[in-house]
Amino acid sequence: MDDCVIRASNLEKWFGEGEARTQAVKDANFEAHYGEMLYIVGPSGSGKTTLLSMISGILKPNGGQVTIEGRDLWAMTDDELADLRLNKLGFVFQDYHLFPRLSTVENVAIPLILKKMEWNQALRLALEYLQIVGLKDRAELQPVNLSGGEQQRVAIARAIVGQPDILIFDEPTASLDGDTGRKIVEFVKTNILNEKRCIIIVTHDSRIYEYADRIMKMEDGKITGLENNHLNEK
Amino acid sequence: MSGIYRIALKLLVNDKSKFTALLVGITFAVFLMVMMMSMFSGILSKSCAPVYNIGARIWVMDPAVNNTVSSIPMPDYVLSTARSINGVKYAVPLYYGGAQVKLRNGNFQGVTVIGLDDATLFGRPELLEGKIEDIFAENAFLIVKDAEFNKLENPKLGSEFEINDNRGLVVGIAKVASSGLFGVPTLYTTFNRAITYIPSTRFTTSYVLIEPKSETDIPRIQREIAKLGYQALTREQFVKKISDFYTFKTGMGMNILLMTTISFIVGLSISGQTFYTFILENLEKFGAMKAIGAKGRELISMIMFQAFFTSLIGYGLGVGAASSFMMLAKLRMPDYAAQITFTILAFALVMVTIIAGVSSYIGVRKVLQIQPFDIFRG
Ligand SMILES: Nc1ncnc2c1ncn2[C@@H]1O[C@H](COP(=O)(O)OP(=O)(O)O)[C@@H](O)[C@H]1O
Ligand SMILES: [Mg+2]
Repeated sequence: MDDCVIRASNLEKWFGEGEARTQAVKDANFEAHYGEMLYIVGPSGSGKTTLLSMISGILKPNGGQVTIEGRDLWAMTDDELADLRLNKLGFVFQDYHLFPRLSTVENVAIPLILKKMEWNQALRLALEYLQIVGLKDRAELQPVNLSGGEQQRVAIARAIVGQPDILIFDEPTASLDGDTGRKIVEFVKTNILNEKRCIIIVTHDSRIYEYADRIMKMEDGKITGLENNHLNEK
Repeated sequence: MSGIYRIALKLLVNDKSKFTALLVGITFAVFLMVMMMSMFSGILSKSCAPVYNIGARIWVMDPAVNNTVSSIPMPDYVLSTARSINGVKYAVPLYYGGAQVKLRNGNFQGVTVIGLDDATLFGRPELLEGKIEDIFAENAFLIVKDAEFNKLENPKLGSEFEINDNRGLVVGIAKVASSGLFGVPTLYTTFNRAITYIPSTRFTTSYVLIEPKSETDIPRIQREIAKLGYQALTREQFVKKISDFYTFKTGMGMNILLMTTISFIVGLSISGQTFYTFILENLEKFGAMKAIGAKGRELISMIMFQAFFTSLIGYGLGVGAASSFMMLAKLRMPDYAAQITFTILAFALVMVTIIAGVSSYIGVRKVLQIQPFDIFRG
């Protein structure tokens, strides 16, 4: 059985030209599988976000190939990419990026509304997902009235409400205190991850390493290692 | 309503301070633009009122005439020549001039006197009181009951007054379609009485009014009159000449244009600016929506929806405010010259659409520029 969901081959990305050219990702090769929580770790500036963006249809590589379930990602049109992100991927950003003027439940409903789901139905479903992340009673509040950890959980609810196969987290704990960060990742691992899902988390927060199934190390744009997590006794 | 528009609406309306600022900006601009243009339109229509009230198809005048009041008397042969032109059904003289009425309290009140052709009374007004035949009685005048009427101390049938040292007698109270610009009462009498009572130059005919046999005769009539060194204008041409005079030769048109432009610019900058800050504030969120899978055109339509929604509401409020203001003003001052025309409404709508278009263009550009990758990198 082929449980490979994302395959990156010989990915290259650089910014600028000539003197100013910086190579952000060099010859990256890896696979991500269903049912796993894959961490990408490494120092700041090592190319983690760049790599993440290239495998999720957000940043076009200068070279190499990305396939998602066998489909060549960067051969798609802009609209196809947008549809793929909407239907297959869920994103959790470091700064949450919730709309301040929308209620919590409306924020969660956005992917459903973009999928053209009818308004009331979308809100009902969004409320269910708020319940999953334990924030049902905060549904009508605006994000500013929530704590950082709560906002991150709202962002997670928004990422999973469309039932994506792939979840992408970029530094999900960077704006949270250690304890909250751990709790959230633990929650994701036990409640969100399943065998039909692949979760990729970029982080350099060693306090959450224990939840990883595999850890991929990056340094200076290169993948320097990819191994099973010895902290994780699965 | 499709869900993304509902989201767009909530983003906008829930930001109460910006939404209010946007509405105030647009409403204010629309109010000012509509007021300016309505005032001007009211003035123009009043300045052309006599042309409509008299109702002749063709007006013959000295080419230097640019509004009804400043008529330049023409020699008698203009009338007789006009009558002899092929295609003229009939031609009559009209006296149009000013006089002074002495009020009972000793003050003088300027009036407009219109002298109608004795034979036909062509251009006579509708009478509210009195009989039209009485206009031939001694010293007889008709008084128009308009906004200026009470300046003559509310005369009645049989009231007497002094006009340029002659006696005048009110034999009829008349009504006309619209009252004039200059705020003076209007009296009608016969042509012959007008020229005897009111001191005049050697020439006495202010206008010759012509009824053509048919529309096709008009160009020939105009050519023949031009040969005499005079000008024959259709009603519409005369109205346009008067309007052009006020618009282009008096500074009034320029002023209105300037004020309208300024209102437009003020409205555009207030709402453009506010909308821009609104977009900037939500920019990263729009970027995040892009990353989630919103298509560029969906974001564009959301932003345009926001801009046009606000603009249309502002338009409605502005037009409402302007018309209420005018209604109130007319209650207090019957003479208040302002009218909202369809053209003005359409023009203001176009201006508002431009405001919305420019505002959303700025917003759309910003939102299209933002890359989801930049959102990711934080
Ligand atoms: N838009 C860009 N323009 C120029 N350089 C960039 C841009 N994005 C990223 N880089 C550079 O690429 C490298 C990798 O960046 P990034 O992927 O954000 O690293 P990480 O997420 O591991 O901190 C860094 O040196 C960064 O400065
Ligand atoms: Mg990063």
